[in-house]
Amino acid sequence: MNWIFEPWPWYLGGPMIAAVMFLLIMVGKNFGMSANLRTMCAICGAGKKVEFFKFDWKAQRWNLIVVIGTVIGGFIGSHYLSDNTAVAINVNTIKDLNSLGFASAGDAYLPTELFDNNSLTDIKSLAILIVGGLLVGFGTRYAGGCTSGHAISGLSDLQIPSLIAVTGFFIGGLIMINFLFPLIF
Amino acid sequence: MRGIVYLCIGVFFGIVLFKSEAASWFRIYEMFQFRSFHMYGIIGSAVGLGIIIIQFIKRMNIRSFYGEKIIFSPKKKGFRNYMFGGIIFGLGWVLVGACPGPMFTLLGAGYLPILVVVAAAIIGTYLYGLLKDKLPH
Repeated sequence: MNWIFEPWPWYLGGPMIAAVMFLLIMVGKNFGMSANLRTMCAICGAGKKVEFFKFDWKAQRWNLIVVIGTVIGGFIGSHYLSDNTAVAINVNTIKDLNSLGFASAGDAYLPTELFDNNSLTDIKSLAILIVGGLLVGFGTRYAGGCTSGHAISGLSDLQIPSLIAVTGFFIGGLIMINFLFPLIF
Repeated sequence: MRGIVYLCIGVFFGIVLFKSEAASWFRIYEMFQFRSFHMYGIIGSAVGLGIIIIQFIKRMNIRSFYGEKIIFSPKKKGFRNYMFGGIIFGLGWVLVGACPGPMFTLLGAGYLPILVVVAAAIIGTYLYGLLKDKLPH
Protein backbone atom coordinates (compact mmCIF):
# COMPACT_ATOMS: atom_id res chain seq x y z
CA MET A 1 0.00 0.00 0.00
CA ASN A 2 3.06 2.23 -0.01
CA TRP A 3 2.17 3.59 -3.43
CA ILE A 4 -0.57 5.66 -1.84
CA PHE A 5 2.00 7.80 -0.08
CA GLU A 6 4.07 8.28 -3.24
CA PRO A 7 3.01 10.76 -5.93
CA TRP A 8 0.36 9.09 -8.08
CA PRO A 9 1.28 8.43 -11.71
CA TRP A 10 -0.79 9.92 -14.53
CA TYR A 11 -2.38 6.57 -15.36
CA LEU A 12 -4.02 6.59 -11.94
CA GLY A 13 -4.78 10.31 -11.74
CA GLY A 14 -6.37 10.68 -15.18
CA PRO A 15 -8.82 7.75 -14.91
CA MET A 16 -9.72 8.86 -11.38
CA ILE A 17 -10.62 12.32 -12.66
CA ALA A 18 -12.76 10.62 -15.34
CA ALA A 19 -14.36 8.69 -12.46
CA VAL A 20 -15.22 11.97 -10.72
CA MET A 21 -16.94 13.15 -13.90
CA PHE A 22 -18.74 9.80 -14.24
CA LEU A 23 -19.99 9.90 -10.64
CA LEU A 24 -21.26 13.46 -11.00
CA ILE A 25 -23.09 12.55 -14.22
CA MET A 26 -24.58 9.49 -12.54
CA VAL A 27 -26.00 11.57 -9.71
CA GLY A 28 -27.61 13.82 -12.32
CA LYS A 29 -25.06 16.66 -12.16
CA ASN A 30 -22.11 17.78 -14.22
CA PHE A 31 -18.40 18.27 -13.70
CA GLY A 32 -17.44 21.95 -13.79
CA MET A 33 -15.68 23.76 -11.00
CA SER A 34 -15.58 27.33 -12.24
CA ALA A 35 -19.38 27.69 -12.07
CA ASN A 36 -18.84 27.89 -8.31
CA LEU A 37 -17.05 31.22 -8.67
CA ARG A 38 -20.17 32.63 -10.29
CA THR A 39 -22.31 31.13 -7.52
CA MET A 40 -20.07 32.72 -4.90
CA CYS A 41 -20.55 36.11 -6.60
CA ALA A 42 -24.30 35.59 -6.46
CA ILE A 43 -24.16 34.64 -2.78
CA CYS A 44 -22.24 37.84 -2.08
CA GLY A 45 -25.15 39.79 -3.57
CA ALA A 46 -23.73 40.49 -7.06
CA GLY A 47 -27.18 39.79 -8.52
CA LYS A 48 -28.48 43.07 -7.15
CA LYS A 49 -26.24 45.02 -9.49
CA VAL A 50 -25.41 42.70 -12.38
CA GLU A 51 -27.92 40.70 -14.38
CA PHE A 52 -25.42 37.87 -14.99
CA PHE A 53 -25.53 36.98 -11.31
CA LYS A 54 -29.32 37.00 -11.02
CA PHE A 55 -30.02 33.30 -10.97
CA ASP A 56 -31.21 30.75 -8.50
CA TRP A 57 -27.87 30.01 -6.89
CA LYS A 58 -29.50 27.66 -4.43
CA ALA A 59 -29.84 25.19 -7.30
CA GLN A 60 -26.02 25.22 -7.38
CA ARG A 61 -25.57 24.29 -3.73
CA TRP A 62 -24.61 20.73 -4.67
CA ASN A 63 -21.56 22.10 -6.51
CA LEU A 64 -20.51 24.16 -3.49
CA ILE A 65 -20.65 20.96 -1.44
CA VAL A 66 -18.30 19.39 -4.01
CA VAL A 67 -15.97 22.37 -3.47
CA ILE A 68 -16.02 21.88 0.30
CA GLY A 69 -15.15 18.24 -0.35
CA THR A 70 -12.30 19.32 -2.63
CA VAL A 71 -10.87 21.45 0.18
CA ILE A 72 -11.14 18.53 2.63
CA GLY A 73 -9.59 16.21 0.02
CA GLY A 74 -6.62 18.58 -0.34
CA PHE A 75 -6.15 18.48 3.43
CA ILE A 76 -6.34 14.69 3.58
CA GLY A 77 -4.07 14.26 0.55
CA SER A 78 -1.34 16.50 1.86
CA HIS A 79 -1.49 15.69 5.58
CA TYR A 80 -2.33 12.00 5.70
CA LEU A 81 -1.51 10.53 2.30
CA SER A 82 1.90 12.02 1.51
CA ASP A 83 5.36 11.27 2.88
CA ASN A 84 7.10 13.89 0.84
CA THR A 85 5.33 16.43 -1.36
CA ALA A 86 8.32 17.55 -3.44
CA VAL A 87 7.40 17.34 -7.13
CA ALA A 88 9.99 15.59 -9.28
CA ILE A 89 9.78 17.75 -12.39
CA ASN A 90 12.09 17.52 -15.38
CA VAL A 91 15.73 18.36 -14.58
CA ASN A 92 15.93 20.95 -17.33
CA THR A 93 12.76 22.60 -16.06
CA ILE A 94 14.38 22.82 -12.61
CA LYS A 95 17.40 24.52 -14.17
CA ASP A 96 15.19 26.99 -16.06
CA LEU A 97 13.21 27.79 -12.94
CA ASN A 98 16.36 28.21 -10.86
CA SER A 99 17.62 30.77 -13.34
CA LEU A 100 14.29 32.61 -13.12
CA GLY A 101 14.77 32.81 -9.35
CA PHE A 102 12.67 29.82 -8.23
CA ALA A 103 15.14 28.13 -5.90
CA SER A 104 12.45 25.76 -4.58
CA ALA A 105 11.98 23.99 -7.96
CA GLY A 106 12.29 20.24 -7.44
CA ASP A 107 12.10 20.51 -3.64
CA ALA A 108 8.53 21.63 -3.03
CA TYR A 109 4.91 21.12 -4.11
CA LEU A 110 4.45 24.82 -4.88
CA PRO A 111 7.14 27.48 -5.34
CA THR A 112 7.84 28.92 -1.88
CA GLU A 113 8.65 32.19 -3.67
CA LEU A 114 4.91 32.60 -4.34
CA PHE A 115 3.12 30.40 -1.84
CA ASP A 116 4.81 30.53 1.53
CA ASN A 117 3.23 32.88 4.02
CA ASN A 118 5.87 35.57 3.48
CA SER A 119 4.43 36.25 0.06
CA LEU A 120 1.36 37.72 1.76
CA THR A 121 3.51 40.70 2.71
CA ASP A 122 5.62 40.81 -0.43
CA ILE A 123 4.16 43.29 -2.93
CA LYS A 124 5.43 41.52 -6.04
CA SER A 125 4.26 38.04 -5.01
CA LEU A 126 0.94 39.45 -3.89
CA ALA A 127 0.51 41.29 -7.19
CA ILE A 128 1.24 38.08 -9.14
CA LEU A 129 -1.31 36.11 -7.10
CA ILE A 130 -3.96 38.82 -7.56
CA VAL A 131 -3.39 39.31 -11.29
CA GLY A 132 -3.26 35.56 -11.90
CA GLY A 133 -6.46 35.01 -9.94
CA LEU A 134 -8.26 37.82 -11.77
CA LEU A 135 -7.23 36.38 -15.16
CA VAL A 136 -8.37 32.89 -14.17
CA GLY A 137 -11.72 34.13 -12.87
CA PHE A 138 -12.40 36.47 -15.76
CA GLY A 139 -11.15 34.11 -18.48
CA THR A 140 -12.94 31.03 -17.23
CA ARG A 141 -16.33 32.74 -17.17
CA TYR A 142 -15.71 34.44 -20.53
CA ALA A 143 -14.86 31.04 -22.01
CA GLY A 144 -17.76 29.42 -20.14
CA GLY A 145 -15.66 26.87 -18.30
CA CYS A 146 -12.26 25.83 -17.06
CA THR A 147 -10.10 22.73 -17.16
CA SER A 148 -12.87 20.57 -15.68
CA GLY A 149 -15.80 22.01 -17.64
CA HIS A 150 -14.07 22.31 -21.02
CA ALA A 151 -10.91 20.18 -21.09
CA ILE A 152 -12.45 17.18 -19.32
CA SER A 153 -16.26 17.35 -19.58
CA GLY A 154 -16.47 19.25 -22.88
CA LEU A 155 -13.84 17.28 -24.77
CA SER A 156 -15.26 14.02 -23.41
CA ASP A 157 -18.60 15.04 -24.93
CA LEU A 158 -16.80 15.94 -28.20
CA GLN A 159 -17.81 19.59 -27.99
CA ILE A 160 -16.13 21.84 -30.59
CA PRO A 161 -16.49 24.97 -28.39
CA SER A 162 -14.50 23.19 -25.70
CA LEU A 163 -11.77 22.37 -28.19
CA ILE A 164 -11.59 26.08 -29.09
CA ALA A 165 -11.42 27.02 -25.39
CA VAL A 166 -8.69 24.45 -24.66
CA THR A 167 -6.73 25.76 -27.66
CA GLY A 168 -7.09 29.20 -26.07
CA PHE A 169 -5.84 27.84 -22.72
CA PHE A 170 -2.69 26.65 -24.48
CA ILE A 171 -2.12 29.83 -26.45
CA GLY A 172 -2.44 31.83 -23.22
CA GLY A 173 -0.17 29.49 -21.30
CA LEU A 174 2.52 29.51 -23.98
CA ILE A 175 2.43 33.32 -24.22
CA MET A 176 2.81 33.56 -20.45
CA ILE A 177 5.74 31.16 -20.22
CA ASN A 178 7.67 32.23 -23.28
CA PHE A 179 7.08 35.97 -23.42
CA LEU A 180 5.81 37.22 -20.08
CA PHE A 181 7.72 35.09 -17.55
CA PRO A 182 11.09 36.55 -18.60
CA LEU A 183 9.63 40.03 -18.00
CA ILE A 184 7.92 39.20 -14.69
CA PHE A 185 10.57 37.04 -12.99
CA MET B 1 -28.36 12.33 1.97
CA ARG B 2 -27.43 13.44 -1.54
CA GLY B 3 -25.31 16.12 0.10
CA ILE B 4 -23.06 13.45 1.57
CA VAL B 5 -22.64 11.91 -1.87
CA TYR B 6 -21.52 15.29 -3.32
CA LEU B 7 -19.18 15.78 -0.39
CA CYS B 8 -17.58 12.35 -0.88
CA ILE B 9 -17.13 12.95 -4.62
CA GLY B 10 -15.48 16.28 -3.76
CA VAL B 11 -13.17 14.70 -1.18
CA PHE B 12 -12.12 12.06 -3.71
CA PHE B 13 -11.54 14.76 -6.35
CA GLY B 14 -9.45 16.83 -3.92
CA ILE B 15 -7.27 13.87 -2.98
CA VAL B 16 -6.77 12.92 -6.64
CA LEU B 17 -5.80 16.47 -7.62
CA PHE B 18 -3.28 16.70 -4.82
CA LYS B 19 -1.79 13.22 -5.14
CA SER B 20 -1.56 13.26 -8.95
CA GLU B 21 0.27 16.61 -8.64
CA ALA B 22 -2.24 18.24 -11.00
CA ALA B 23 -2.50 20.94 -8.33
CA SER B 24 1.24 21.65 -8.46
CA TRP B 25 2.37 24.95 -9.98
CA PHE B 26 5.54 23.16 -11.10
CA ARG B 27 3.63 20.52 -13.08
CA ILE B 28 1.68 23.20 -14.95
CA TYR B 29 4.88 25.07 -15.80
CA GLU B 30 6.55 21.87 -16.96
CA MET B 31 3.53 21.00 -19.11
CA PHE B 32 3.73 24.26 -21.01
CA GLN B 33 7.42 23.64 -21.61
CA PHE B 34 6.46 20.28 -23.19
CA ARG B 35 9.11 18.68 -21.01
CA SER B 36 7.03 15.98 -19.37
CA PHE B 37 4.24 13.65 -20.32
CA HIS B 38 2.72 13.74 -16.84
CA MET B 39 -0.01 16.39 -17.26
CA TYR B 40 -0.76 15.29 -20.82
CA GLY B 41 -1.12 11.76 -19.50
CA ILE B 42 -3.57 12.91 -16.83
CA ILE B 43 -5.72 15.04 -19.12
CA GLY B 44 -5.39 12.65 -22.08
CA SER B 45 -6.35 9.53 -20.15
CA ALA B 46 -9.20 11.38 -18.40
CA VAL B 47 -10.59 12.56 -21.75
CA GLY B 48 -10.01 9.20 -23.47
CA LEU B 49 -11.90 7.38 -20.76
CA GLY B 50 -14.42 10.23 -20.54
CA ILE B 51 -15.32 9.87 -24.23
CA ILE B 52 -15.96 6.16 -23.75
CA ILE B 53 -18.04 6.79 -20.61
CA ILE B 54 -20.23 9.47 -22.20
CA GLN B 55 -20.73 7.52 -25.43
CA PHE B 56 -21.69 4.48 -23.37
CA ILE B 57 -24.19 6.45 -21.28
CA LYS B 58 -25.71 8.03 -24.40
CA ARG B 59 -25.94 4.88 -26.53
CA MET B 60 -27.16 2.61 -23.77
CA ASN B 61 -29.59 5.24 -22.46
CA ILE B 62 -28.16 4.75 -19.01
CA ARG B 63 -30.18 6.39 -16.28
CA SER B 64 -28.71 8.11 -13.25
CA PHE B 65 -28.28 6.29 -9.92
CA TYR B 66 -31.62 7.86 -8.97
CA GLY B 67 -33.36 6.56 -12.09
CA GLU B 68 -33.55 9.97 -13.76
CA LYS B 69 -32.84 10.60 -17.43
CA ILE B 70 -29.31 11.94 -18.01
CA ILE B 71 -29.22 15.11 -20.07
CA PHE B 72 -26.09 16.41 -21.79
CA SER B 73 -26.47 20.03 -22.77
CA PRO B 74 -24.29 20.92 -25.77
CA LYS B 75 -22.19 24.09 -25.49
CA LYS B 76 -23.50 27.11 -27.37
CA LYS B 77 -21.95 27.70 -30.78
CA GLY B 78 -19.37 30.41 -30.88
CA PHE B 79 -15.73 31.18 -31.33
CA ARG B 80 -14.58 34.49 -29.93
CA ASN B 81 -15.72 34.02 -26.34
CA TYR B 82 -14.16 30.56 -26.20
CA MET B 83 -10.89 31.65 -27.78
CA PHE B 84 -10.45 35.02 -26.02
CA GLY B 85 -11.71 33.71 -22.69
CA GLY B 86 -9.50 30.65 -23.08
CA ILE B 87 -6.39 32.75 -23.73
CA ILE B 88 -7.08 34.96 -20.69
CA PHE B 89 -7.63 31.86 -18.58
CA GLY B 90 -4.40 30.28 -19.89
CA LEU B 91 -2.38 33.36 -18.98
CA GLY B 92 -3.63 33.21 -15.41
CA TRP B 93 -3.47 29.42 -15.14
CA VAL B 94 0.28 29.33 -15.74
CA LEU B 95 0.98 32.40 -13.62
CA VAL B 96 -0.62 31.04 -10.44
CA GLY B 97 -0.43 27.38 -11.45
CA ALA B 98 -3.98 26.70 -10.34
CA CYS B 99 -7.35 26.49 -12.04
CA PRO B 100 -10.71 26.60 -10.23
CA GLY B 101 -10.54 22.99 -8.94
CA PRO B 102 -6.94 22.80 -7.70
CA MET B 103 -7.12 26.21 -6.02
CA PHE B 104 -9.56 24.74 -3.50
CA THR B 105 -7.43 21.63 -3.08
CA LEU B 106 -4.45 23.83 -2.26
CA LEU B 107 -6.51 25.78 0.23
CA GLY B 108 -7.18 22.54 2.08
CA ALA B 109 -3.53 21.56 1.82
CA GLY B 110 -2.80 24.64 3.86
CA TYR B 111 -1.22 27.10 1.42
CA LEU B 112 -2.67 30.33 2.77
CA PRO B 113 -1.65 32.64 -0.13
CA ILE B 114 -3.99 30.66 -2.40
CA LEU B 115 -6.80 32.49 -0.59
CA VAL B 116 -5.67 35.62 -2.42
CA VAL B 117 -5.97 33.74 -5.72
CA VAL B 118 -9.45 32.45 -4.85
CA ALA B 119 -10.63 35.93 -3.83
CA ALA B 120 -9.15 37.45 -7.00
CA ALA B 121 -10.76 34.74 -9.13
CA ILE B 122 -14.17 35.54 -7.61
CA ILE B 123 -13.60 39.23 -8.33
CA GLY B 124 -12.43 38.35 -11.86
CA THR B 125 -15.67 36.44 -12.40
CA TYR B 126 -17.60 39.47 -11.11
CA LEU B 127 -15.73 41.76 -13.51
CA TYR B 128 -16.69 39.48 -16.39
CA GLY B 129 -20.34 39.67 -15.36
CA LEU B 130 -20.03 43.45 -15.20
CA LEU B 131 -18.44 43.77 -18.65
CA LYS B 132 -20.20 40.86 -20.35
CA ASP B 133 -22.34 42.93 -22.74
CA LYS B 134 -19.39 45.00 -23.90
CA LEU B 135 -17.21 42.01 -24.82
CA PRO B 136 -17.13 40.22 -28.19
CA HIS B 137 -18.90 36.87 -27.95
